[in-house]
Amino acid sequence: MAGLRAFLAVASLSLFAASSPGRAQTPPTENIQIGLSTDHVSITAGFSGADLTIFGSLENANPLVARQGRYDVIVVLEGPARPVVVRRKDRVLGVWINLESETFENVPVSYSVATTRPLQDVTDPNSYKQLSLGAANIYMQPADDGDSPATIQEFTAALRDRKSATGLYSENVGGVRFLSQNLFRATVRLAPNVPVGTHKARAFLFKGGLFIKESSAQLEIRKSGFEQSIFRVAHDYSFLYGFFAVLLAMLTGWLGRLIFRKD
Amino acid sequence: MGIYLPIAEISVNIFVLLAMGAAVGFLSGMFGVGGGFLITPLLIFYNIPPAIAVATGANQVIASSFSGALSHVKRGTLDFKLGGVLLAGGIVGSTGGIFVFGFLRRLGQLDLFISLLYVVLLGTVGGLMLVESVNALRATRSGAAPVLKKSGQHNWIHRLPLKMRFRASKLFVSVIPVLGLGAGIGFLSSIMGVGGGFIMVPALIYLLKVPTNVVIGTSLFQIIFTSAYTTLVHATTNQTVDVMLAFLLMAGGVAGAQYGAKAGQRLRGEQLRALLALLVLAVAIRLAIDLFVTPPNLYSLSGVDLT
Repeated sequence: MAGLRAFLAVASLSLFAASSPGRAQTPPTENIQIGLSTDHVSITAGFSGADLTIFGSLENANPLVARQGRYDVIVVLEGPARPVVVRRKDRVLGVWINLESETFENVPVSYSVATTRPLQDVTDPNSYKQLSLGAANIYMQPADDGDSPATIQEFTAALRDRKSATGLYSENVGGVRFLSQNLFRATVRLAPNVPVGTHKARAFLFKGGLFIKESSAQLEIRKSGFEQSIFRVAHDYSFLYGFFAVLLAMLTGWLGRLIFRKD
Repeated sequence: MGIYLPIAEISVNIFVLLAMGAAVGFLSGMFGVGGGFLITPLLIFYNIPPAIAVATGANQVIASSFSGALSHVKRGTLDFKLGGVLLAGGIVGSTGGIFVFGFLRRLGQLDLFISLLYVVLLGTVGGLMLVESVNALRATRSGAAPVLKKSGQHNWIHRLPLKMRFRASKLFVSVIPVLGLGAGIGFLSSIMGVGGGFIMVPALIYLLKVPTNVVIGTSLFQIIFTSAYTTLVHATTNQTVDVMLAFLLMAGGVAGAQYGAKAGQRLRGEQLRALLALLVLAVAIRLAIDLFVTPPNLYSLSGVDLT
């Protein structure tokens, strides 16, 4: 948890109680809102993963439906998209060598999901596909369309599997809790190796298995402090950085001799 | 205590790294080697990405060889001219190595190539050293006088043209093998993250017939600059040098090295060589096993370099 100083709070509380009696016959459609009190999260040296809490609210929620628990919310925190190469090792003369590979464009580096109930209970697979919702339904565009569908499928599956294994793609069933009829709290996991960059938080509202509304907010994840400075210098002033690394090594060697000399 | 490495982008235990540096430093002080050939595989075993392990290994080698070279300068056992010519070759070899490194990385074969080079080189050098030192141990036990190589003996290398005189080494030899040796070491330095002392020292002694007392100092001198150059180029082209990681290793290393040097004085030369040979072979075998054993995951992900 260290270093995570993000407090994401309610941005808008629904105020539907005061609606005029004339509009009561046609119930207004529900809306979902999430709000972040800060637009960035900083990762410092001791970062070993964290839970990120996002608050949100339903507007125009039907109290009856809410009481029956037929509102479902899925919150996704999606990392920046980057191209990825998936490689498969095969045995050649007894040695395991990377042979086949498949490049995918625009793969979200991380993808954390929090839901009120298990994904399969919220809605049907088709709706997920249409919404591209859930790690299994993100569309991964292969760079080379010429490859056989079977190959692409195999490597896509491997890509998802590796991402889940490293905690970058995660699912937190029960991570969304209703605090009241129209206020909810979502807890999404940030993996220790969460990528820096612009992340997109999205919340999906379902009523009785039907998709109603989506809301999104942006969140910047940065490295902060000393490590971030090192990273930036290494990339922006790489020659000076290398020069510094060499000087540091010589200085350490010289000091080490002065301090620990035994001859 | 965990620490986040800014370039490797993972959290590691600070004490594991310090201990790793100290242990390798101890061994390197004891055996008079830079320790790069131990540091880089150890980092890879510790899940540091190989590309970063190699570049950072080269950085760490500077510290230990600089520290070692200083004492040789003081004792006057460093041939600057010979070191300079080796270095000229080293720069060329290192540049080529960096190019090959980047190429293999794009191909996705870098990790395999690094492991293979380690297995072949460490296996060969370790095997040869073990045979030689065991023979020497047997010879001393049976009481036979060790066979001394005559310094006047010349081989084909000494018949090559473009001869140059190296006064401190009392040597008159063609620059071609010197440049070639430097280039070869430079190439290995940039691909394997090693200083190359474990190849340089025997090559200088047996091929070029450099007197043993100036060999280590001169080798260290060339290693400082080759690995400095390697570090600089890796930092500029691949951004794979992690100073935080390097510094922790160095800090442990320089301390360990001084104690190792003291411990090494209590052992006899051939015993030391036999121990070093076993160590080198152990690393080679460990890396070889990884090549042949079915990996837990056949699939791996890597980013695409947009450059």
